[in-house]
Amino acid sequence: MPTLRRQLALGALVALYSCVAFAQGSAADEIAKYRAALQDGNPAELWEARGEALWKQARGPKNTSFERCDLGLGPGVVKGAYAQLPRYFADADRVQDLETRLVWCMVTLQGATEADAKKNPFGGPDRKSDLEALVAYVAAESRGVKMNVALSNAQELEAYRLGEKMFYFRGGTHDFACATCHGEDGKRIRLQDLPNLTTVKGAQKAYTTWPAYRVSQGELRSFQWRLNDCFRQQRFPELVFASDASIALTMFLAHNANGATFDAPAIKR
Amino acid sequence: MRRHPLLLVVAATLGVPVVLHGCATAPSDAEITAKAAATMKSSFKEQGQAKLERLDQDDMQKACSLPAGKTVSKDVAARVERENLATIRWPADGKYTGDWKNGEKIAQEGRGMQYSDDPKAASGANCYACHQLAPQEVSFGTIGPSLYQFGKLRGYNDETRKYAYGKIFNAEAYNACTNMPRFGHKGILTEAQIKDVAALLVDPESPVNK
Repeated sequence: MPTLRRQLALGALVALYSCVAFAQGSAADEIAKYRAALQDGNPAELWEARGEALWKQARGPKNTSFERCDLGLGPGVVKGAYAQLPRYFADADRVQDLETRLVWCMVTLQGATEADAKKNPFGGPDRKSDLEALVAYVAAESRGVKMNVALSNAQELEAYRLGEKMFYFRGGTHDFACATCHGEDGKRIRLQDLPNLTTVKGAQKAYTTWPAYRVSQGELRSFQWRLNDCFRQQRFPELVFASDASIALTMFLAHNANGATFDAPAIKR
Repeated sequence: MRRHPLLLVVAATLGVPVVLHGCATAPSDAEITAKAAATMKSSFKEQGQAKLERLDQDDMQKACSLPAGKTVSKDVAARVERENLATIRWPADGKYTGDWKNGEKIAQEGRGMQYSDDPKAASGANCYACHQLAPQEVSFGTIGPSLYQFGKLRGYNDETRKYAYGKIFNAEAYNACTNMPRFGHKGILTEAQIKDVAALLVDPESPVNK
């Protein structure tokens, strides 16, 4: 029962915070234990199952399934596709991440308008997001696959270079860049450890565990969501879903994670 | 064919001609920097109090958007510090510190300036997100140095009080390209709030100095 699982997990979270109040030295250990306990049954499976059904279902004005959607490895090939995204697609003449490609397939294959395809990128208590379910399914089909994001043409290389610049771009009321929090080893905010995304090891560890089921939100979250919420906390305006900056940053981080074994959807606090 | 961007950078640095497959010249670093800034602008939308102008970088933000391991030149650092020092509005009454108890509340508060925050509510400084301060608070971050015993170590004098106030108002005046926000210059905190946080650091009665 997912509801029971969630309650148990929240109980564990409350217990964890009590531990933290006692001794900060052991907090990291307690968090590690809590994370290990969470691995036993990940509600992300529910999103994966719903995503698989959506993938195979005939949808949209053209009554077509995603089974002819080309994620880079040929029409309908899902296995291992996420581990090679983002990539340049000649038909769209654009570098696309998974979410952008799904929107492209909804528009070109299923006949949806772009506005309709993009209108519900992130789920909430009152609404489910088909995109997040599809992301969960496609990502899960790369579990155990080595990350292998190529920079094999000028477009992919430029996306990477732009993403790198954006990672170090300071702005907003607080002068924050992604690098402010994710540019050094061994740092944390309050007690939350921060991955250093400028190193191969840090990027690999972080990127291979998104998308993730977020226990505190009861939602499966995509990488687009991860970027969107980082920028909110950075005090920037809102990152537009499937925008060029979101794809460039994803390219920078995904390519830096090359060589690591993809292991998501994961489960996080 | 795969190329790692680092190799391109190394090649460019060494003066080795870099020719991309089927493409005569790759955009220069300056062109990519400009395009990244323009792409940022077109990839965000205004949301609540967070307007698009937050993406317009000032001189410090531009100069300090540096890749990992890089630091600004001495000249640029001096310019950034000079420009930012000039922004500091010192208290008219000449008093640099206020109420440390209120300062502790401000140091704990993380909300403020996010588009999800109430624009009418006072912003927090969220000091504990990055710094150790009062030893009673074990949930502190490590992006900034520990500030435990800030006043005790530096002396309870006007020089320390003025430094604390100025540093909170605009940290870039003292340490170019620091990660620390410019709480006064950017209007995150009011003068009274800055005095209260400065008191948390310098007041001998503050738990920070116990």
